[in-house]
Amino acid sequence: MPLTRDQIAQRIAGEIEPGFIVNLGIGIPTLVANFVPVDHHVLFQSENGLLGMGAFPLEKDVDADLVNAGKQTVTAVPGASFFSSADSFAMIRGGHVHVTILGAMQVDEQGSIANWMVPGKMVKGMGGAMDLVAGARRVIVAMQHTDKEGQSKLMKKCTLPLTGLKCVNMVVSDYGVFDVTPDGFVLREHPADLNVDQIKAATEGRLTIHPHLKKIGAR
Amino acid sequence: MSKKVFSSCESALQGLSDGMTCLFGGFGLCGIPENAIEQIRNLGTKNLTCVSNNAGVDDFGLGLLLQQGQIKKMVSSYVGENALFEKLYLEKKLEVEFVPQGTLAERLRAGGAGIPAFFTPTGVGTLVSEGKQIREFHGRQYVLEIAIQGDFAFVKAWKGDACGNLVYRKTARNFNPMMATAGKITVAEVEELVPVGSLDPDQVHTPGIYVQRIFQGQNYQKRIEQRTVSKGRI
Repeated sequence: MPLTRDQIAQRIAGEIEPGFIVNLGIGIPTLVANFVPVDHHVLFQSENGLLGMGAFPLEKDVDADLVNAGKQTVTAVPGASFFSSADSFAMIRGGHVHVTILGAMQVDEQGSIANWMVPGKMVKGMGGAMDLVAGARRVIVAMQHTDKEGQSKLMKKCTLPLTGLKCVNMVVSDYGVFDVTPDGFVLREHPADLNVDQIKAATEGRLTIHPHLKKIGAR
Repeated sequence: MSKKVFSSCESALQGLSDGMTCLFGGFGLCGIPENAIEQIRNLGTKNLTCVSNNAGVDDFGLGLLLQQGQIKKMVSSYVGENALFEKLYLEKKLEVEFVPQGTLAERLRAGGAGIPAFFTPTGVGTLVSEGKQIREFHGRQYVLEIAIQGDFAFVKAWKGDACGNLVYRKTARNFNPMMATAGKITVAEVEELVPVGSLDPDQVHTPGIYVQRIFQGQNYQKRIEQRTVSKGRI
């Protein structure tokens, strides 16, 4: 069985070190917060101007002036700060954010990512994604390995307009954990019941196998 | 200094005319200048170029101006919450310039700070950098982005005084401080117009020098786009 959305999120949470500043995108990335240990003292950055984003509020604490980048009502943890959008992106572009986790439509073997537009369809805009992939110290992508037609989303070269050029460090898909290296994708961990041949068959981009390949969750 | 205080939103918008470039603070519907937008709709000013991170929703925020066909061009980073926007865009009744959110914030900051252009790594190798100057610094490529200024800037603050000093609340700050610096005429609407001297100078977010007009806002709806709650600890 491929990994579930929660399992992808849980595996990515393992990449977050104590004290990290982390920006989470919408979708699977949002779930990552549920798997980060509280004693890691991780601060979540929301690019609309909040460092130290907390859980959704209780009904009585809902505040129209306190939302995240997905326009959802949230809370601020003790030690949080508010700031302008220019300050927020100075943090992001200036390399002060340790890791950004976001979804993608395509990632290629050089680490380029496409996640903001499909030509001919309505374009909603890139929001902060281009700044995040250009500025965060580490870029981790959470995505499904194949599209609805079964085509690989880990490609030789992205065919959709790019969000960022050669910027992705790691991909966690339902098919496993992949480092993006000068030699293309490197499979580091795989789900227990998917073998290497199945993963290779579902990957269009150049794929090599890490010499110490592990099962996800194995020590 | 009390000349900055206007008795109504209507009077504070004097001089706004067709074809102008207007800057709007806010992120989604959070921290938007609700009163100014409503007044612009009432005035019927047309062919506006609007610079705002988002375009409101169908029946609120800048969506009100889209409904009336008052906007010629939007400069935004994300417009996904607005079905009317999509319709106008596909019918080619609306021009759109998509700008990465951080680049938009910095182009406005630069516009208010006397910086005509700057280099940023954001968007290099994408559609955003096409036709723009690329230059290498310290082994990395950067794209030249041009500053933005507006004929009018409309911002919303929590508190303000007759000197034009502004204090924002929580994430309602967002784009408001940069918009305030980049308007030739910056109009601030506040939830509470407080006496001069009652704001702690150490806590002022936008110094009054950037604000030409200020008025006491009314009837704030402060709509919530995504009301998400938890039933205790998640």
